[in-house]
Amino acid sequence: MSGEAEFRVRVAETETVADGIRRLRLVPLGRAALPLFSGGAHTVLTMQDEDRVLRNPYSLMGSPFDSSSYQISVLRTRDSRGGSIFVHDKLKEGSELSITAPVNLFPIDRRARRHLLIAGGIGITPFMAMMEQLEREELPFELHYGMRSKAGGAYWSALRDTYGRRINTYFDDAQQKIPLTRLLENQPLGTHLYVCGPAAMIDWVLTEAREAGWPEENVHFERFSAPPAGAPFTIELAKAGRVIDVKPTQSILEAIEAAGLTVPFLCRGGACGQCETHVVSCSGTIEHNDHFLSAAEKASGGKIMICVSRLKSAGSRIVLDL
Amino acid sequence: MLSTGIISRPVYPGLTADLKARHNLFAVEGEGAAAVLDLAKKTPPEFFTKATLLYCPAASAGKDYEKQIEARQPKALWTFPTPATVMFRLKGVLQTATMGTRLYVTGTEPFIGLALKEALEAGIDHKSLITEHRGSAKRRVQCVHCKGFTENVTTNPAKCGHCGLNLLVRDHYSRRLGAFQGVCIDAEVPGEAPAPEEIFP
Repeated sequence: MSGEAEFRVRVAETETVADGIRRLRLVPLGRAALPLFSGGAHTVLTMQDEDRVLRNPYSLMGSPFDSSSYQISVLRTRDSRGGSIFVHDKLKEGSELSITAPVNLFPIDRRARRHLLIAGGIGITPFMAMMEQLEREELPFELHYGMRSKAGGAYWSALRDTYGRRINTYFDDAQQKIPLTRLLENQPLGTHLYVCGPAAMIDWVLTEAREAGWPEENVHFERFSAPPAGAPFTIELAKAGRVIDVKPTQSILEAIEAAGLTVPFLCRGGACGQCETHVVSCSGTIEHNDHFLSAAEKASGGKIMICVSRLKSAGSRIVLDL
Repeated sequence: MLSTGIISRPVYPGLTADLKARHNLFAVEGEGAAAVLDLAKKTPPEFFTKATLLYCPAASAGKDYEKQIEARQPKALWTFPTPATVMFRLKGVLQTATMGTRLYVTGTEPFIGLALKEALEAGIDHKSLITEHRGSAKRRVQCVHCKGFTENVTTNPAKCGHCGLNLLVRDHYSRRLGAFQGVCIDAEVPGEAPAPEEIFP
């Protein structure tokens, strides 16, 4: 299980790269090199914040060909459960933490004849690594990158310097918008589309692509959900024979880990399916927050993705096959 | 004898219209024309005004399908004498096509296989292709020993048209080659093979 392959790293460098966006460079501790990864991969950081353990996925934005360090960029979010605030306020050069081996749920499709990359805000990070790879392999690509403002957007200037006219930038405060309809109409057959950004932007791109007659096989997206907060409830682990309370700001997965148990996980964002768990019985209604289960599976109530989904009402109880 | 349960055996779910597509490109062989006409009954007329059809009458020659398709007023209907000439034109059309083009293929299995090969080379995912099998169950077979392709195989076992070995035609299929794999059936005692049965009529 790659979710369990963790190793220690040290923060070697921090930099504020735009308003509210901080870049970290992580170097290995006790080993010479980090595993290589492919563009689009992410790692999960484990952050010890006083008595609380936070685990958040972040896309690797450095070069996939550099095993001496990993780089991530983190946006400070207002509705953060604490992960991004911890990265911004508590991590400093010299801090040590654990990360998981990289996993790629957003890879380049090598059968594509052309790659159309669409980024919104901090969603630029997986594309930074992807473009390094595309450039080295001499594959044709173009990036369309929307940001709130010049000051709030990261890396756009450096990207323009590196990749020239293949980088197209759009700033909200200058009323610039990605000309999606025109872009989708004029791509040669065999083009693959990749989108990463805020949920509303991903929805917009997926809908427009469908309307433009793009087959779903050519459209790729990465959407990490932070586990939403909600009502407190109780879980019972049928095999382990444990009863655990899930706090309002905890996910089921976090509550299980806080109780000292380990279960398989990869993305912790409802995308990969690794933590799919069978439901033995449930006294309440499941609030499915993942992007993995089909609508039919969600309706049946037989499965739950414990990284992001929870029960709707306080005091209800779910028995899991764990 | 076919070693069923081999998951590379393609399935052809039948033609359904992608109404969002900007352009509908059809490669049609023989009785596949009847599948196109069946689809036409279930789709709005606009669907065919956005359609280009590459059609090889083959086994359905003289059946008047061409006129019936023309009555649907497609954007273009081109007729070709052989599957190979359809493929040549298909390659050219795919080279200049844009995203939003949906490819439909219907006819015998070797024809669908050859069209899929062109589609893959043009960067179309095999899952994006919309297919329907009509007409003969004949197979295109590659001899795994001499690598030669034998067309129009209707029996099992079948003789390799190149090296002459007796081949067991398996369900093991290659999308890249557009062919089923044929493996020597009498390697231990040459000539000691079951009699060929016509099982792909």
